Amino acid sequence: MTSESTLTAPLENGFASDALLDPMVSKAIALIWHEATLLDAKNYVAWEALWTPGGKYVIPIDPDTDDFESGLNMIYDDARMRRMRVTRLTEGYSMSAVASARTARTISRFTVTANDGECVTLRSAQIIVGFKREKHLLLAADLEHRISFVDGEPRLDLKVVRLVNSEGAVTASGFLL
Amino acid sequence: MSTPLMENHDGFSALAATDRVAGQLYTDPEIFEAELEKIFYKTWVWVAHESEIPDKGNFKKAMIGRQPVIVTRDRKGALNVLLNRCRHRGASICEPDKGKANGFTCPYHSWSYSLDGQLRGIPYPEGYEGVIEKKDMPLQKLRVESYAGMVFASFNQDIEPLEDFLGDAKLWMDRFMMQGAGFGIKVQGEHKFRFDGNWKIQLENTTDGYHFPIVHRSWMASVDAETADMLSFMTDENAVTHALGNGHSVAIMVPEHVELDADDGTEELQERFRHIIDELSETMPADQVRRIVRSMHGAGFNLNLFPNVAMSMSFFRVLRPISVNETEVQHMALGLDGGPESVNRERLRIHEHFQGPFGFGTPDDAEAWDRVQRGANGNPQMPIMVNRGLNRETTGTEGWKTSHVTDESGMRESYSQWKKMMGND
Ligand code: FES
Ligand SMILES: [Fe+2]
Repeated sequence: MTSESTLTAPLENGFASDALLDPMVSKAIALIWHEATLLDAKNYVAWEALWTPGGKYVIPIDPDTDDFESGLNMIYDDARMRRMRVTRLTEGYSMSAVASARTARTISRFTVTANDGECVTLRSAQIIVGFKREKHLLLAADLEHRISFVDGEPRLDLKVVRLVNSEGAVTASGFLL
Repeated sequence: MSTPLMENHDGFSALAATDRVAGQLYTDPEIFEAELEKIFYKTWVWVAHESEIPDKGNFKKAMIGRQPVIVTRDRKGALNVLLNRCRHRGASICEPDKGKANGFTCPYHSWSYSLDGQLRGIPYPEGYEGVIEKKDMPLQKLRVESYAGMVFASFNQDIEPLEDFLGDAKLWMDRFMMQGAGFGIKVQGEHKFRFDGNWKIQLENTTDGYHFPIVHRSWMASVDAETADMLSFMTDENAVTHALGNGHSVAIMVPEHVELDADDGTEELQERFRHIIDELSETMPADQVRRIVRSMHGAGFNLNLFPNVAMSMSFFRVLRPISVNETEVQHMALGLDGGPESVNRERLRIHEHFQGPFGFGTPDDAEAWDRVQRGANGNPQMPIMVNRGLNRETTGTEGWKTSHVTDESGMRESYSQWKKMMGND
């Protein structure tokens, strides 16, 4: 279980008031905020280094699915695809990446959905505001992060971005969520 | 300095010449309104693939211009395209994008309609006794016909038969469907995005081989050498575009994949599909495995059907004009209906790699089209040039104007149909 077994039992509605105080959870949240900082700064090379080798980065279309393999996604990246994506976003040949919007994102409303002492799974809400050529854009999403602790260091092992408009028209963009 | 196309307007059709069109075709809201009336509400517009509504009771929503419609398969199995508008006071009667139903009940006062649009029930009917008859108040029904599983509808009840309108494009639709490799084709999912530009910018792009190595350089750099080589058509003289008449055209990028049913056995299967080849070979004869794997990237061409759908290698591209400077695009990923799961998954991954709002291709296309719209606001009288390859355009035995795939014969064909329709009253 957790490093300090101070967690109270969840109340009947699933709310555990001190689940966020667990040191592993705090480290996981710190990683998620660090990730957000890197993505807003478009520091994709540093972002890529946050992942476990088996990590999956997914932006699904179907709001309810966990079976990403057999349906169409907006992003379904393993390490190989992530590598190519980072290259594309940084090498300067993609006109959408070169001209991508400036973004500022906030992530909050964290809940811990699993914590087995090696992996912490968190859900949260993300709001991104972007600006490009006279126009603001707004994207809202539910996030799921599975953070795995390799040698005590938190790493991204799964990130699922469920856009609230995933089944509607999503503006094509040169940045990452 | 280019000369304006025309000085005095005697109708918008004069704004399109053989080799150029006025920039205001992208920017003038009046032209956009006229296009809805004279093109989108007059001709055949694609609304569905039959795999989206395979069973009795299936429906999907679609848009024709600004008008919402429902495509249904009724209890007899027939296709219907119905205006999504209650005959009472106009509420939309269907809001899920797709599904299965016995009929539609209006949420406002509960008038209920069957899948073929008949008005079946009116609650508290006393107030209508001697006022209306149910049989006189069906949902508005559009003309609907299909070819090769592609369902088209029209508000124009007097329109020519679909097959006449498609004409020589039918041959290419048949060829496109050969990628089923013995299975039917099904829609596996779709990406949807919008760009800040006129619909004709996307219409042109489907047969624009010229932009490919430039706009899609980052995608090309990310795929394996065999795939990049397959799409290196810039200097391949067999890679040509044919104008097929009625606004339709086809751009051939991979000449050896025009007729996937024909195989001289010389082509090597791509190594990237080794895991699929190995898996299928356990249960399938070698020639069937080869047939399926050769079709993995779809047909070797983009077929543009005027005005709103393209059958583009391994997906359908559907465009929906929102306003003069906004367009919605759907990219529908295709798979083999009843085919091997691993093949369909691989096709999804190929689609995700290029298409969609976070694909390696689509965002760059969208950025280019935004830039066209922004630029075209500068001197809207200055022409958009579609004259590339006029110096090498020939007419073959089929009567198709033909030039290289990097030329603009397909766009000239679209604009000749545009000109014809915009001149009609
Ligand atoms: S508007 Fe549909 S029943 Fe009244
Ligand atoms: Fe493109």
